[in-house]
Amino acid sequence: MTVVYDDLGDEAAESDVPVRRIKFSINGAKKVAEIEPRLLLAHLIRRGVGLTGTHMGCDTTNCGACTVLVDGTPIKSCTMLAVQVDGHEVTTVEGLASLSELHPLQEGFKQEHGLQCGFCTPGMMMAAKGLLDRNPDPTEEDVRWALSGNLCRCTGYQNIVKSVLWAAEKLRAEG
Amino acid sequence: MTETAARPAALDEIKIGGIGASRKRVEDDRFIRGKGNYTDDITLPGMLHMEILRSPLPHARIRSIDASKAWDIPGVHLVLTGEMLATRNLAWMPTLSYDTQAVLATDKVRFQGQEVAAVIADDPYIAKDACEAIDVDYEPLPPIVNPEQAQAHDAPVIRDDKVGQANNVIYDWEVGDAQGTDRAFSQADVISRLELHYPRSHPSPIECCGSVADFNRATGKLTVYMTTQAPHIIRAAVAMVAELPEQMIRIVSPDIGGGFGNKVPIYPGYVVSILASILLERPVKWIEDKSGNLISTGFARDIYLKGEMALRADGKILGVRMHTDADHGAFFSDAQPSKFKIGLMHSTFAAYDIKYAHLTARGLYTNKAPGGVAYRCSFRVTEAMFFQERMIQAAADDLGMDQAEFRRMNFVADDDFPHRTPFGFLTDSGQYAKCLDIGLKAIDYQNFRKEQAEARQRGRLLGLGISTMTEPLGAGNSREYDILGIKMFDSADLKVHMTGKAILRTGARGQGQGHETTWAQIVAHELGIPAEDVTVEEGDTDTAPFGMGTYASRSTPVAGAAVAMVARKIRAKARKLAAHLLEVSEEDVEWELGRFYVASAPERGVTITECAMAAYSNMPDGMEPGLENTAYYDPPNLTWPFAVYIVTVEVDPETGVWDVLKTVAVDDCGVRINPMIVEGQIMGGLTEAYAMASMQFITFDADGNCVGSNYMDYMLPSAWETPGFELHSEVVTPCPHHPIGAKGIGECAAVGGPAAFVNAVMDALSGTGVRNIDMPLLPDRVWEALRTGRDVSGAPPVRTDS
Repeated sequence: MTVVYDDLGDEAAESDVPVRRIKFSINGAKKVAEIEPRLLLAHLIRRGVGLTGTHMGCDTTNCGACTVLVDGTPIKSCTMLAVQVDGHEVTTVEGLASLSELHPLQEGFKQEHGLQCGFCTPGMMMAAKGLLDRNPDPTEEDVRWALSGNLCRCTGYQNIVKSVLWAAEKLRAEG
Repeated sequence: MTETAARPAALDEIKIGGIGASRKRVEDDRFIRGKGNYTDDITLPGMLHMEILRSPLPHARIRSIDASKAWDIPGVHLVLTGEMLATRNLAWMPTLSYDTQAVLATDKVRFQGQEVAAVIADDPYIAKDACEAIDVDYEPLPPIVNPEQAQAHDAPVIRDDKVGQANNVIYDWEVGDAQGTDRAFSQADVISRLELHYPRSHPSPIECCGSVADFNRATGKLTVYMTTQAPHIIRAAVAMVAELPEQMIRIVSPDIGGGFGNKVPIYPGYVVSILASILLERPVKWIEDKSGNLISTGFARDIYLKGEMALRADGKILGVRMHTDADHGAFFSDAQPSKFKIGLMHSTFAAYDIKYAHLTARGLYTNKAPGGVAYRCSFRVTEAMFFQERMIQAAADDLGMDQAEFRRMNFVADDDFPHRTPFGFLTDSGQYAKCLDIGLKAIDYQNFRKEQAEARQRGRLLGLGISTMTEPLGAGNSREYDILGIKMFDSADLKVHMTGKAILRTGARGQGQGHETTWAQIVAHELGIPAEDVTVEEGDTDTAPFGMGTYASRSTPVAGAAVAMVARKIRAKARKLAAHLLEVSEEDVEWELGRFYVASAPERGVTITECAMAAYSNMPDGMEPGLENTAYYDPPNLTWPFAVYIVTVEVDPETGVWDVLKTVAVDDCGVRINPMIVEGQIMGGLTEAYAMASMQFITFDADGNCVGSNYMDYMLPSAWETPGFELHSEVVTPCPHHPIGAKGIGECAAVGGPAAFVNAVMDALSGTGVRNIDMPLLPDRVWEALRTGRDVSGAPPVRTDS
């Protein structure tokens, strides 16, 4: 590891930024990180791990573009501190598909035209995964409620709901 | 040369993904994997991060700025203020509406959220810390938040930087026939009047604006990755403003997380990031946060109407008179390409056969964010259609006529095209009454009216709202539409490789509209090359042909036409190659999808793929090799899609809460290239219409504080609130002047939709004496209207408990 800093001279204020060391897993890979305690989880994922599929939309937990799973539960990573995932498992959109196969949710979003600009899509799919993991046979109303923390400006949601129901059906068929 | 005994079966256009195929989208493959490439996903070696310090006050003189503490923070590379920019003559920049706009404030701040300073640091957290360490000494001035305050005799002059600007008026403008309209009003049996405010709104794509500027001193080349819907316009503007050689500027618009007009203008953040990269010779990334986006970037609407209609007792509309006051914020920087100060407001009433109309418009400075944008519409068309349909509803009520019948009897007839609108536009085609009839049938109009009357007996408030519209889409033609003098054409560049596979680049830049999918379908339609064999690229000015970008629903009308035209150029050359291969003269060669054949012997033919191979390996003597071409398309006119939107609602008289019972949309946008994508556009537009009607707006308090500068205050509907939609595509009236008969569609529902929701709620309130409630129809506003029987204004300043 090589880190080079600018020499600001002896009078320059010493950096008093505290550093915490955390261990976590992301999409199955174990990681160690040294981070500022104030670092947001979304920034750890995007800038630290380099997985840019998790998007930052609003910074206030409203839009859900940053939704990831922590120990299987959908959370908004823009308002969770990275230190909070110490010892936990994080799953992002990049963890949905295997090398050879898309997750049914990914297929469903393409089949039912559930996305346009694609910016909200990873968060939508992760929130939907949280729903399908606990309720494999949701109604349209269940889907709408489960996704009510995720905003989309392009689609009008109708096709997103269809996409999730498409995936639910495929997952049930696969058993 | 290929010769077969029997003529091969014709290609199935749908199977090869041609026009009419609901082809699954190509771009989805990366987005569903989280492999999109948005501006914030770009990381360059040595990249620094920029944050902007914004003004907390709406109107104040800057006494001093002390940035010394910011400079002291480790990791800070540069702190920029307006004063420093002024030394390079960059503190102000020209706007697209021929005004000036502050890049970083020097003398005064003129709206809350205005850019005051910028910090460039190793890390965005450090840059943000340093912004907070900058000490600005402000002397507060009285804020102005609406046109009435702006025109008060003692109003402070907001733009005291401008020589000769003695008040807050930007322009007075008029269009139409004043005398004819006066005559029409003098002959009227009934005059119907309506006053209302279309609230300030924000397109608010989920992705905010940002840029990564990378100036390379060694090569002299400036590369900017940025969230722009119009990369070529940016390149031209940077060349003109920064005086850099245009060929040394590369603007790349990577994947865009929604635009809706918000990403057309040039914002101070882009400019400062470019300057910082030039000064530091390092890549500089600026990514706005949501508050920055909502409080400072291109808003829409914020316009006040005084409307009057001259009516004959039998229902005939004799004339229309309108006055609008537009609140432009602190700088007149509308991002619009027309020569008309009020954009295309005078497209209003284009679907109705009205002889006389007159419009006066005034523009005013206020202490609010600048930069009016065409939020999912051609500029001011959303307001034009909303005013039209609200006035139509009021007029029918004043006459005691049925809403549907009043519209039908005043529509332009199917055989009356081309038709000159009362303000002088030329519409080309449409079947308005047919669309209305389909919509009425779908909503079960007569039965709903019965149900409504019965419900009323039991105290339940049901309502039905109709909105119809034809809107001018696809700026320009170049006679009337330009940006910075650049004519509003667009372009396509098609390279067919020797194996028959092709790459297509256009001057447009999609933001979710699916260009990578649909442009290939046009090529498939014109050349018979399967859509999957055509790769589409957009957004890189080093490779794409010069075009004006994607907004105003102009991509299909203009760039889409260019795609068809370039494919036809390719086909014309391929015909010569076919004649050579078939050893006949060109006149003896006929075309069917994907194949040329000998007219007298249809079994003798060559495919387009064989022609492509010959273009590189077996061209006739004297023919230039290759199968590549470029087309620039300057449309002869705008396209005029038509739509009918009908909504039914139930209003709770106890709370003012209203629920949508059913929404029906009948869109006639001409030929649909990809019906799946068209329907996606319509549903998205209807959702924004519902949002504007029900909850989405930006307002200001009396102190000039912006209310709606984050997603906790700026309400957007989720899947839970958004109603379902029933779409109808039965009516197809091809555009007579578009190469494939298409019209714009991306914006229709957002333009025509709001009035349908509002008219439905107003219909539910019929008989209460309430003529208007300003959008959004929040429950408290509806409840107040029900309680008082009076109109409810939504104009700022927002009311507070005190």
